[in-house]
Amino acid sequence: MSVKQATPLSPRDEILGRGRREGNRLFKEWYAALHTAAETGEHTAYVFVMGSAAEILKAFDFHLSFPEINALQTAVRKVSLEYLNRAEDYGYSTDVCAYVKADVGMHLDERRHPNGRLPRPSLVVATNMCNTYVKWVEIWERLYGCPVFVLDLPGQRGIGWSSQPGDEGFEADRRYVQGQLEELIELCETVTGRPFQVDRLRESMANVNRTAADWSAVLRLNQNVPAPFNAMGDGLTYMGMLSAYRGTETGARYMADLREEMEHRVAVGLGTLPEERFRLHAVGTACYSNFRRFLELFADWGAVFVNSEYLAYAGGGLDRGIQFDLERPLESLAEQLLLTGQRSMSNMFFSQDQLADTVRDWKADGIVYHAVKSCRTVSTGMADSREYLIRQRGVPALFLESDMVDPRLFSEAQFKNRIDAFFEALGARKLAAARGVAR
Amino acid sequence: MGVAAQDRLAEVVESCRDLVEDMTFPSVRRWQQEHPGGQVLGHFQVYFPEEIAHAAGMLPVKIMGAGGRIEAKQADSHIGSFVCSICRTSLELGLSGRAGFLGGFYTPPICDVARNLAGIWGRNFPDQTARILYLPQNANSRHAVTYLREEYARLARDVERMTGRAMTETDLRRSIAVYNENRRLLRDLYRLKRETPWLLPTTEAYVLAAAGSLMPREEHNRLLADVLELIPARSGRKQDRVRVVFEGGFCEQPPLDMLQLIEEACYVVDDDLLIGLRWIIEDVPDSGDALFDLAQSYLDRSSYTCIQHDERKPKEAMLLRRFEESGAEAVILAAAKMCEPGMDEQVAYQRVLDERRIPYLLLEFEEKMTGFERMRMEVETFVESILFD
Repeated sequence: MSVKQATPLSPRDEILGRGRREGNRLFKEWYAALHTAAETGEHTAYVFVMGSAAEILKAFDFHLSFPEINALQTAVRKVSLEYLNRAEDYGYSTDVCAYVKADVGMHLDERRHPNGRLPRPSLVVATNMCNTYVKWVEIWERLYGCPVFVLDLPGQRGIGWSSQPGDEGFEADRRYVQGQLEELIELCETVTGRPFQVDRLRESMANVNRTAADWSAVLRLNQNVPAPFNAMGDGLTYMGMLSAYRGTETGARYMADLREEMEHRVAVGLGTLPEERFRLHAVGTACYSNFRRFLELFADWGAVFVNSEYLAYAGGGLDRGIQFDLERPLESLAEQLLLTGQRSMSNMFFSQDQLADTVRDWKADGIVYHAVKSCRTVSTGMADSREYLIRQRGVPALFLESDMVDPRLFSEAQFKNRIDAFFEALGARKLAAARGVAR
Repeated sequence: MGVAAQDRLAEVVESCRDLVEDMTFPSVRRWQQEHPGGQVLGHFQVYFPEEIAHAAGMLPVKIMGAGGRIEAKQADSHIGSFVCSICRTSLELGLSGRAGFLGGFYTPPICDVARNLAGIWGRNFPDQTARILYLPQNANSRHAVTYLREEYARLARDVERMTGRAMTETDLRRSIAVYNENRRLLRDLYRLKRETPWLLPTTEAYVLAAAGSLMPREEHNRLLADVLELIPARSGRKQDRVRVVFEGGFCEQPPLDMLQLIEEACYVVDDDLLIGLRWIIEDVPDSGDALFDLAQSYLDRSSYTCIQHDERKPKEAMLLRRFEESGAEAVILAAAKMCEPGMDEQVAYQRVLDERRIPYLLLEFEEKMTGFERMRMEVETFVESILFD
């Protein structure tokens, strides 16, 4: 693979690293706002990164608290085990999702989080995109007696099954989703005591339109060689912004700035490593309990993650852009939530052909599957998908197992052995391919 | 009861046990021989509207794992180590060719392992129709029933395509009648178990019910009607055992040996074993739209499990109701290893039972487990603590 030589720095280089810096700053602000809400009692909705319904909730000025982000933050800050132990002492099995347990541990500690105090939920919205979401919200329902709304987004029914707006089946699903959104709006009115204003919804949808267009462009910029960002490194900060600030002017502006930064990096040929030797596509969540070490084990081989399925589904399905039709807001919201929801779930259950396409389009040398015990949603089908891709599509793939936030499940020695063996084989394969071309 | 009748009952129970344990699926293969060209539709736990497949002339078969009767030799390389056994052995049934008779395979969205199974099945058996049947997960939406009716219509079109046979309202109504009868008989079976558990051990009730998922329901109806006449005439005597509710058998099934050891010390007077067969708790009515009636019955005339969130059926309250209505004295709270919804629910159930001071025993099981000595000791200690309290 040819590696573009970096051009000399230009006056615009002050924007380098802005996405990370601004992302970190905005995250602190977001947690500070939640802390304030905990003090003042402002309305907070507990929602999930997949299917947050932020467009509607923002129209009612709810603060959004994301339990997955809260849980992963405990691991990033190296305190997840304390929370996990507390939940296990309460009765949760060691085999239960560690996100759930980290969150339960925090609630049992009166919502004291390393990033500040978190507010009680006024309302909870869960989609069916992960079934554990539904079990999770029942825990808060029991703890706080808060209203719970399950937003049901029927997904792809099987391989080779497709459904598009206008199809009879799609329209049946859309009517169901739209009906539920109307019910959610009624519930928001009851909880907040405020009437729904459709123009507020349009405003948040317009912000999502802008955010999604720029995010989609940012992801595509990583098709360049070298890739301007590591999808499993800084990419996760960018992804977090998609959730936390979805539907806001701040979120839209952030993504526009990020796009500018990435375009600049591409223009000057700036990658993430001195030499980008291997390009990888990631499948599965990050390993937050050993975040830095996980990335180092790949970076040591000159490998960068140029894309990740995680960014697609955990980023709220905005990876291919969204264009809400603001003239028919609720219908369009239902349609797009359904489409993005279906695609996000397909990324987990029926992803094989899409993975092969991504490998081709992002010029990846292979796939790294990171299966996590906590998340059977994303992990159950991985071994089979890997086998399928190796056998049917000739895509090299590495399979690793650990966890997102439970440090007890990460074995560095085992990881290193597998990763080293994978790159040795990948290197030999690339060499053989290069020789073949030379002949 | 006469010796001949006793023998007949024992024979029926034994044949059901053999059927449930025989991973060559003799009843399905026999049906195929009797119905050349007939299609078999497999469906994973928990609930599936079998009436729709039945109306199209298919044989619906519940795929519910294989216990310890087969080894997941091939499936292990397709599924991670943190996944429940029922998913693994169900896949093994396909990969090993044991379930090669299937023309289609459906999974409901009970958990994410089940949804993933549709993808895994589709990748490995491209000749079969492998689908997720999206039963509504917002059971409290006013729109859920209309949606589900459409989903059932989609399923009906799929099975019509598979069989090449169009189904009519009359076909569906006829099938619903067969299944209504089946559910009535199962309710009678459970009534017997609840009222006179000394006449009907749980392992027997279990295999009698489970056999229905592997044979045409008409045949199962005849079988149940027969045994329901024979059981009350048995000469068993009530013994001093603790009456318990067994909760945690909605998906992965506990080994028969485990049920056996429980009932050596307890009367299991109610349970959620294979709850999908008994999910609809009243007859499906006739409004003139059979698919709508089935959809409405799924939502409004149904039992509960930890894999459904329905505000009308708070699970702790439902468990307490099951406990009270069955006249139980204690609860066995079981969860299959690696079953996220089951393990989550165990905690909530535990707390409400603590609050009510209802004795309970927590058990973790795996369908393929073989050693029961420790569990036997736990059950015996539990029972003694109640009997001698």
